[in-house]
Amino acid sequence: MKNEEKALITARPDLAAIAQWVAPGARVLDLGCGDGALLRYLWEARQAPGYGVEIEDERVIACVANDVNVLQVDLESGLSLFSDGSFDCVVLSQTLQAVHRTEAVLREMLRVGREAIVSFPNFGHWSARLQVALGRMPVSKSLPYEWYETPNVHHCTITDFEDLCRRLAIRIRERLVLHEGRPITVMPNLLGSLAVYRCTAA
Amino acid sequence: MNAPHDPSSVGAVVAQKAKFDSPIKLRGGAELPAFELAYETYGTLNAARSNAVLVCHALNASHHVAGYYENEKENVGWWDNLVGPGKPLDTNRFFVIGTNYLGSCFGSTGPASPNPATGKPWGADFPVVTVEDWVEAQARLADRLGIERFAAVIGGSLGAMQALQWTLSYPERIRHSLVIAAAPKLSAQNIAFNEVARHAIMSDPDFHGGHYYEKGVVPARGLRIARMIGHITYLSNDAMMEKFGRLLRRDALGFDFDVDFEIESYLRYQGEKFSTYFDANTYLRITKALDYFDPAADFGGDLTHALARAKAAFLVVSFKSDWRFAPARSREMVRALLDNRRIVSYLEIDAPGGHDAFLLEDPRYHSALKAYFANIDL
Repeated sequence: MKNEEKALITARPDLAAIAQWVAPGARVLDLGCGDGALLRYLWEARQAPGYGVEIEDERVIACVANDVNVLQVDLESGLSLFSDGSFDCVVLSQTLQAVHRTEAVLREMLRVGREAIVSFPNFGHWSARLQVALGRMPVSKSLPYEWYETPNVHHCTITDFEDLCRRLAIRIRERLVLHEGRPITVMPNLLGSLAVYRCTAA
Repeated sequence: MNAPHDPSSVGAVVAQKAKFDSPIKLRGGAELPAFELAYETYGTLNAARSNAVLVCHALNASHHVAGYYENEKENVGWWDNLVGPGKPLDTNRFFVIGTNYLGSCFGSTGPASPNPATGKPWGADFPVVTVEDWVEAQARLADRLGIERFAAVIGGSLGAMQALQWTLSYPERIRHSLVIAAAPKLSAQNIAFNEVARHAIMSDPDFHGGHYYEKGVVPARGLRIARMIGHITYLSNDAMMEKFGRLLRRDALGFDFDVDFEIESYLRYQGEKFSTYFDANTYLRITKALDYFDPAADFGGDLTHALARAKAAFLVVSFKSDWRFAPARSREMVRALLDNRRIVSYLEIDAPGGHDAFLLEDPRYHSALKAYFANIDL
């Protein structure tokens, strides 16, 4: 693994899990793709061609500079650019909590993609619970914003997300819960700070 | 005194002409027995001939894309902010060609050129030319210059339609296509504006059915109105309000029909300026070229099917304040390219300039183009 890939995986441990679930050569759509680091990594590690969706100007330009296909559209207003089933895999990496129309976006992901990979910071982690119990909104490595400046609007826990999937008839194929980059298998909703799911339509 | 040399300018340039003696068959059925194309080049063609970039111009521009003329220093190229040493389209790296379309009044063969059959200017007899015809003529120029394959073709508005058409007419000859502030075809409203402009010209008593050259007059009134209408569609309402608002040109309302508002004065000025340098017959033809552009027409209106031939990688750019070719029109092209699994990036820039934003130096826009060009392998 190249040094920059190592640095990427350290900074964003969910990306390693996502990469491992993306088959070589798969067509990937990355929603809220930032500077395109994941897409670039998937291309180099998996020869998976991809497109990113990003709304912020600076990040879009960073994608262009990273030689990553990027589409500057608002994912909230729907993925109307994309035809049904046109991707093998649609990724929403640590963006779920910032999405306003959560249900609509999840449905759209499984309309345009055969599979959806979703990762989000787990609000059920003990440190978040403790901070709330002590009367404060949680701030941590995975939830780095103060309440007044956070872009996050829809925090959820692992249990909450799985409830929603059930309600939307989304089938969870795989789940990986992490803390500090290590997998958590015991009491994941309490001990895991980051959750990654691979889902399909039921 | 000479102005200090600007290192980001290509400097003094010389317009050139290429003459083609074999006939060109036009989409409308007519044939031109011979034709000339005016062009300029900037930078150097590399040994592998892999660094050529073609710049296509829009409605009223020309092959004079960058730099200035030695004897006319204030005549700076229309896309000089983009093209030059160290600029987004870097002439230290690329060999850039600006070419003037067929039917123009700036040097390429057009309605004011002599008709070889009569020796007199073509006038109304000059055929209607299309975007496809322009690409065909440009391909002859590329052959002449020894360019088998362009690193990129770029254009805004009508120029972008040529950049798109190139990928359809000659898929193997274009590696990257930059399609800026464009539409895959005109809407009824777009055509309506063009028709008003044409009507203004053709109803001018000095038009003489297009044969005004021999009468020694020009339909300047018609051209002025045509340009005034055009200008309204190039600017966004916000940009117009910001620039002019309801500012008065005189101290108080005149209660007559002279110019009250700054916007009236601006439109009159633009119309007047345009009528002194642009040819009415050319204007009629370019508006038709716009109206006729519709690559999906031969595919039952299915743009995805139409763009299946394209092999280039695309950068599509639109501007949020552009209502002439609004972002939704660019998204139609992006969608069709995605359906064809083409390499495409799409930028929707929140710039205030309206349709004309593609000519302006917005830092986001230019940074993106710079990054895109920098990633083109030579």
